[in-house]
Amino acid sequence: MDLLKRAIRYLFAWMEAGLDRVFPPSCNPLYHLGALGFLYYWVVVATGIYLYIFFDTGLTEAYASIQQITYEQWYLGGVMRSLHRYASDGMVAMMAVHMLREFSLDRYRGARWFTWFTGLPILWMVYAAGISGYWMVWDKLAQYIAIATTEWLDRLPIVGGTIARNFLDPSRLDDRFFTLMVFMHIFVPLFLLFVLWIHLQRVSRPTINPPRLLAGGTMLMLMVLSLVKPAESQPPADLTMVPSPVGLDWFYLPAYPLMDIWSDAALWGLVIFASALFIALPWLPPLRRARAAEVDLANCNGCQRCVDDCPFAAVEMGMRTDGRPFDMQAIVDPDLCVACGICAGACPTSMPFRKASALIPGIDMPDMPIRGLRDDVEREAGKLTGKIRIMAFGCQHGWDIARIGDPDMAVLRLPCIAMLPPAFIDYVLSRDLADGVLLAGCSEGDCYNRRGVEWTNARLARTRDPMLRSRVQMERVETVWAGPVEGWTHRKRLRAFKDRLAALRSATATRPDETVE
Amino acid sequence: MIVKALQFFGQGIVYAGMALWLGYFANQPVYTQLPPDTALVKLSVIHGAQHEGECRKRTQEELDALAPNMRAPFDCPRERLPVTIEVLLDGKLVYRESVQPAGLARGGKTRAYYKFQTGAGPHELEARLVDSARTEGYDYEKAARIDLIPGENFVIDFRAELGGFKFLGRSVTDLPEN
Repeated sequence: MDLLKRAIRYLFAWMEAGLDRVFPPSCNPLYHLGALGFLYYWVVVATGIYLYIFFDTGLTEAYASIQQITYEQWYLGGVMRSLHRYASDGMVAMMAVHMLREFSLDRYRGARWFTWFTGLPILWMVYAAGISGYWMVWDKLAQYIAIATTEWLDRLPIVGGTIARNFLDPSRLDDRFFTLMVFMHIFVPLFLLFVLWIHLQRVSRPTINPPRLLAGGTMLMLMVLSLVKPAESQPPADLTMVPSPVGLDWFYLPAYPLMDIWSDAALWGLVIFASALFIALPWLPPLRRARAAEVDLANCNGCQRCVDDCPFAAVEMGMRTDGRPFDMQAIVDPDLCVACGICAGACPTSMPFRKASALIPGIDMPDMPIRGLRDDVEREAGKLTGKIRIMAFGCQHGWDIARIGDPDMAVLRLPCIAMLPPAFIDYVLSRDLADGVLLAGCSEGDCYNRRGVEWTNARLARTRDPMLRSRVQMERVETVWAGPVEGWTHRKRLRAFKDRLAALRSATATRPDETVE
Repeated sequence: MIVKALQFFGQGIVYAGMALWLGYFANQPVYTQLPPDTALVKLSVIHGAQHEGECRKRTQEELDALAPNMRAPFDCPRERLPVTIEVLLDGKLVYRESVQPAGLARGGKTRAYYKFQTGAGPHELEARLVDSARTEGYDYEKAARIDLIPGENFVIDFRAELGGFKFLGRSVTDLPEN
């Protein structure tokens, strides 16, 4: 399992690196798969409403009305129909790639099990909505789907082999059948929206809209595709003939040919097994995660920064319980905590300069306390003896910057780069523990912990608390946000950073009387 | 400037790739369910067989002992017999099954659904069904000469209320029963 995950991750990492060169980091499609799925959903809904106005629910009228939409109004109805189809396919495609990517990133276990788990009903509902949509056209494909689906459903003891009889010959079918299909095709997507809302319940500030550039490009792509290759019906359904050959939508119907190869029972077995495996996956095996963040009330002043920064809504504010003169205190829900440490990095008491009292922040990671981090920094920086000394902080989910093996650079890796309180940068530089500080994390727009890179950039830019102190010379701070295969980017940026630090050093040496604010 | 232009070009390639992916697999490759020059024959039966035992007429005392709404004149066993179905094509048995009635108490209707492919052209088709305890002969049977066209969906339906088997196809000529 681990090997498979790594192989897929490696594949994705290369594709992400390639797309990072073409798209701005914030617009890489692979970083917005869920949001793209949402975009497609809204396109399907909007175009569906339009098509429904002209759709006639009758045995012969259904096909005729769709033909009319497609050909007599090709410039609007036809385009709408094509957008409806291609956006539906896009939704399945995005969903599948999104699922595969989250799996490869190991973002389906531990606290993230709920989001993964709620993905299964979404999967089924998208398929139910799509398949019922094809059914409504009542062409050859619809006939194929209707017969194959009902024969398969008839296998269920509760159904008892009665539905497929409706499609034995034309005399058995009436207009009510289309009313049922219309109801399904409208009700299922509506309910899907509700399940999508549940899906995002454990995600703080979910990204449900792709960036404008990406949304615009995707819409343009769909529009061009709709004009170049408009969606069309196949010949009308004829129950006296077998619908073969038939053009299948392989996004929605890849399992259908299996019905002819396998028995219905075998296909049910596959579906049940695949669903059970999907549900069980977060516990096969369970994630051995670090312990959840802990609040130290003696040091918590209820400032709420940890709540604001937690990307998983694992910290919330509650009424004070220790009698100290603050209204609120932070409360951690261990079930939701992924132990990324972003909260500890946001805590104003994570101050390495503290010497009078023990360095215990208001919120801290039991397995990697801030005090231990300070000790590690002092120890590792103490080993640096070169002319240019760099203290690097890397993300455990990004490329391991220690692989460069530069003797002038000490490396400490954190669960997330945003676990590093900005005061540590000040601490390293002001105490002359190093000449420069390098921060290396995931690609911009694709932080493993969702917001780590974004928060770090904002803290360094002094636009988000806790801000980097203004006395820190930004020339001595470098950031490298790149994917887990982009070792070359790290090397290149390190070289440039070293050159910059060397230049700064020589500039300072030639002007020894100048002090740096 | 050149970098920007190259980036836009690259984005165009990515979108074109996505469009190709969506556009092609939306209805290609074509799936052939039935080989050429063949037809499909479907059998569908939903039928309640006879009850396992004989119905007994209730005595007046028995009826008086029952609640007024429960006073059915006959006491019939709930369980039904299995239904045996056979289909022969050109004299050759292609399907034979004894199907149990539905329900935990075997009191429901028997349901059977079967399909098979055969070559297009003329055939002799025969369907038989036993829904009683008889050991010889059939309760329902039908034979016909049929001429299947390639891709035809030929149906063997069963409706006891309409006299038994119905052959639904383009060319069906009934043959006399044996």
